[in-house]
Amino acid sequence: MIHLRGITKRFGDYPALHGIDLDVAPGEFIALLGPSGSGKTTLLRIIAGLEFQDSGTVLLGGEDVSSLPVAQRHVGFVFQHYALFRHMTVADNVAFGLSVRRGKDRLPKAARHARAEELLRLVQLEGLGSRYPGQLSGGQRQRVALARALAIEPRLLLLDEPFGALDAKVRKDLRRWLRDLHKQMGLTSIFVTHDQEEALELADRVVVMNQGRIEQIGAPDAVYMNPETPFVSHFVGETNRLPVPGTAAGSEIHFRPHEITLAPDGAEALLVDNVFRKGAVWRAEGLLEGSGQFVELDLPSSGEAPRLGQTIRFNPHRARMFNANGDQTQGETR
Amino acid sequence: MSMAPTSESPLARAALITVALVFLGFFLLLPLLAVFSEALRQGAGPFLDALHTPDALAAIRLTLLIAAISVPLNMVFGVAASWAITKFQFPGKALLITLIDLPFSVSPVVSGLIFVLLFGANGLFGAWLAEHDLKIIFAVPGIVLATVFITFPFVARELIPLMLEQGKDDEEAAISLGANGWQTFWHVTLPNIRWGLLYGVLLCNARAMGEFGAVSVVSGHIRGETNTMPLHVEILYNEYDFVGAFAVASLLALLALVTLIAKTVLEWRFGLHAGARH
Repeated sequence: MIHLRGITKRFGDYPALHGIDLDVAPGEFIALLGPSGSGKTTLLRIIAGLEFQDSGTVLLGGEDVSSLPVAQRHVGFVFQHYALFRHMTVADNVAFGLSVRRGKDRLPKAARHARAEELLRLVQLEGLGSRYPGQLSGGQRQRVALARALAIEPRLLLLDEPFGALDAKVRKDLRRWLRDLHKQMGLTSIFVTHDQEEALELADRVVVMNQGRIEQIGAPDAVYMNPETPFVSHFVGETNRLPVPGTAAGSEIHFRPHEITLAPDGAEALLVDNVFRKGAVWRAEGLLEGSGQFVELDLPSSGEAPRLGQTIRFNPHRARMFNANGDQTQGETR
Repeated sequence: MSMAPTSESPLARAALITVALVFLGFFLLLPLLAVFSEALRQGAGPFLDALHTPDALAAIRLTLLIAAISVPLNMVFGVAASWAITKFQFPGKALLITLIDLPFSVSPVVSGLIFVLLFGANGLFGAWLAEHDLKIIFAVPGIVLATVFITFPFVARELIPLMLEQGKDDEEAAISLGANGWQTFWHVTLPNIRWGLLYGVLLCNARAMGEFGAVSVVSGHIRGETNTMPLHVEILYNEYDFVGAFAVASLLALLALVTLIAKTVLEWRFGLHAGARH
């Protein structure tokens, strides 16, 4: 469906993207995940045609659209702040893409209205067509923006931080709703997020980006369980990092707070200086004896809470080792 | 009774308000009242007669004509410049922003002189113009040019901050939905900026009708032909026709008041600056 080859982009002296290759299959739900400045939004805008790459090609459905402007790419784009036309009613917003058509593609007014109504029903905003965007809640506006993008029957749906401006509860509901909608419509979709939880929950595949490069592409479970670079290990999920004694400088062992076994004769000893409940587990934080490294551990909350000042001995039972270049030198150790 | 932490003592507040009111009354209200009282000193009859002289009527007509030409021109220029500055990246953008402010920072007399130097008899294009029997300086085209130059910043200055604040998202959304440039401007951009534009046009119009310095340099003060209202006021005043001078001046003052009221109504009705993005 989408094939990106060698996409590069600079903004003045600032390199935003370095040679991005990405393939997306029809019907896939893809998350572009990365911190701000990683180039994820730039990549999304290049796929849409709102921005143009300096070099590389963009293929949509086998067609080279590298130099086509957004208006001719037939993609639906949902903006982070919705970009609803505030002087138009919700129905007119949704029908905008149909009403600007000229010539033989132009539907009669009644048909455009019927289509807008149909889309509003799809996004569960039936009956709100005569309101103005200013009279809607954040979550409702988001759904209007989605309906407006879907009205042009796009071959691809692109969403820029779709839940960024919403509060936590609405965000969670909308997330599930979008997931269902995607399944129901079978549309190929790509969304940008800096929220790993969102990416892992929604996407079929997660594309982790950092400093204009793709660090790893994979199913959420694979990205979480088998991060291929120190950045992914650190950015997706929580990770403890320990320097490896007796190896080249910069080598690190990464393990997640729950990837440990308690053992009275464990190799590591944590001196607990903070404890709190983190959902279903106890989170104990503190410095390791010897190396003085800061570490977080998850302990079953069925047991007693760890005490401050207590020493917890443990072994990481599953860990990854990276050398100073960020190459993985060893998979699951110990 | 508790006081807000940032508020001054009642005494200081009263003093500040008094100073502001006295200053305002002395420098704004008093002159305004003087204009109308001088104009009506000998009653309504002489006031109306003064406005009915052929020269006064010609000055009013010319002023309206100048405004009718320069305001629409600057509306188009202002929108185009603001659009270019806020929606595109291009080299020389900073220079363009500075240039837009030039008429504000240059003395109007200098602005007028620029056109004399360009189009006057001894000016850069003077010989060529004379050859083709075209008259710009000491004629209506020169007055239009000077007025357009002087009033150029009003619309752009009003729109640039507004359009910067609104960003490009709405326009990008429109083109992603298949709208062309004109549809995007007409259905999305223009509705977003309409009140700011109207406000800029009002200010532009007030200045176009009231401009003295630049117009004075290029007009040549030909009675009944190239005298605008402000120039006519000066001529009458210099001839000791005080009622006539103040009668025409009161028309200009009235225009200023109408502009102020319209501006206030706009701000109150649409929260122009408080909530441009509602």
